[in-house]
Amino acid sequence: MNIRGIIPALVVVGVIFAIWTAAVIPMNAHLTADQAQRDGLVMTPEAPRDRQDFTGLTLAIKNPAIIPLTYTLTRPRLPSPHQVAIEMYETIFTKAPTSRRSLVYHGWVTLSATLLGFVIGTTLGVLLAVGIVYNRTMDKSVMPWAITSQTIPILALAPMIIVMLGAIGIQGLLPKSIISAYLSFFPVVVGMVKGLRSPDGMQLDLLRTYSANANQGFWKLRLPASMPYLFASLKIGISAALVGAIVGELPTGARAGFGARMLVGDQYGQPMVTWAALFGAAITAALLVAILSWIERRTLTRMGMGATA
Amino acid sequence: MAFIIALTIWAVGWWINGRLANGPRSDSRAISLLIPIIFGVTIIAMWEVLVTMLGVSPIILPPPSSIAVRFASEIPILWADFEQTILKGAMTGYVVGMIAAFGVALLADRSEFLTKGILPVGAFMAALPIVGTAPIFVKWLGSDWQSKAAVVGVMVFFPILVNTVAGLKDTSVMQRDLMRTYGAGYWPTLFKLRLPAALPFMFNGLKIATTLALIGAIVAEFFGSPTVGMGFRISTSVGQLALDMVWAEIVVAALAGSAFYGVMALIEKRATFWHPSQRS
Repeated sequence: MNIRGIIPALVVVGVIFAIWTAAVIPMNAHLTADQAQRDGLVMTPEAPRDRQDFTGLTLAIKNPAIIPLTYTLTRPRLPSPHQVAIEMYETIFTKAPTSRRSLVYHGWVTLSATLLGFVIGTTLGVLLAVGIVYNRTMDKSVMPWAITSQTIPILALAPMIIVMLGAIGIQGLLPKSIISAYLSFFPVVVGMVKGLRSPDGMQLDLLRTYSANANQGFWKLRLPASMPYLFASLKIGISAALVGAIVGELPTGARAGFGARMLVGDQYGQPMVTWAALFGAAITAALLVAILSWIERRTLTRMGMGATA
Repeated sequence: MAFIIALTIWAVGWWINGRLANGPRSDSRAISLLIPIIFGVTIIAMWEVLVTMLGVSPIILPPPSSIAVRFASEIPILWADFEQTILKGAMTGYVVGMIAAFGVALLADRSEFLTKGILPVGAFMAALPIVGTAPIFVKWLGSDWQSKAAVVGVMVFFPILVNTVAGLKDTSVMQRDLMRTYGAGYWPTLFKLRLPAALPFMFNGLKIATTLALIGAIVAEFFGSPTVGMGFRISTSVGQLALDMVWAEIVVAALAGSAFYGVMALIEKRATFWHPSQRS
């Protein structure tokens, strides 16, 4: 991507951050006013009960003194961007990666489950897609279910999978990976079937004139032709796998991982922990998709399909 | 013994499907519908046989029959949960997110610069685990359906936005020139040419968003909810090891998801009947 293509995106991101920064004032005004009054400042109106009748914005206009204070609360309703950045810096760079307080540690817990599940789900998905393309019975029986599964919220199965596997003694990484695996499985099946079927009649006929057998047809035509479709599904699959691993950490009260951090921050009134975990998860998702895009570009360029990427 | 019966069921189901799929009328509508149904019935029958005959504990995997019984006997509770989570949480959020996305897309469409900025940022946001914002919204808006609607709204916003913005760009110079020769200004061009041309894209986003809406509404309830709702019921029933109830809720979620998607697909068919993909 060239520089001129980045500028509009940067402007949009800048506007989002500006709105966020501005929203901190009204969102935190009531909390800040209560705190400032306890510290001895005079607020208008005096009684906290009366202040509830005002919106955050009018309260801030009536008491301009609290405006800078809204950015410094330790437990804000809405932390400002710099507070989240500081929390993230401290939990990523200043803590040892093995410490329970380090976001890198929690990130790795979630990421390892995501990657393991993604590999399992993708492998099974590709295998099933090959089966569907070459076996008419399988195509007719399984494909409608694979498509339907995209319309139903299978993520709702997550808590039950954890308990089910817990009851037969499987704990830790694997249950979360299984959730990640089945979430990445279906997009890969659907995308890969489409990809393996993408060669048109002309190309298949050409191979027949070369008297290529089914095996050669698969390795030399169908599989290479399916790559753009595979990568598109992989990118959907990896973000689904990450969401699956995070949600898999919620119902069992897992002690480590992004999902656990979100829950801890929520339950113990530490909003910064929740926000840092949220951004940590977002950055992880972005990195995973970026790595896949990079591999996609490299692969497709080497295969001579760079223009379509 | 159980495995032999299960294998027999599988063999029979697969044999019937094999005959149907490779038979002369396999592409007819009825057969195309029948084959996956037979496949589903085969799986459920094997599940039932294996679970009951091997004596698998119901806290690991309940047999389909007990799920069906539970479903039938708990319809009032299931309906209340459906109303709370799907009708109030998911639907409200879906509509709000959709309107917001259309509004922003139309605004962005007026400037080339904004379009270029919003497309990559929106596509990026759509790939993020937005469902993680649920605890924040629960804190802000309370544990009732409003917070779920907010999560759903944010989740569905980005895919709909990206698809709409992309759709509004999908007219050729020739078509826009034609509108100009008719003396059509911005608004007539928008309503008569560009919006209709964008519809297939918009419905694509709307269909993706149906599943996201249900996921958002259910998962957000894991972070706090009143004592009603599908996510609440799933997490408490898992705690009580009442897995047949969990499966009953999942059946509701699956039915709701398919119905929601089906309705959108039906509206799409009506609204874009002229598009090549609908005329086959």
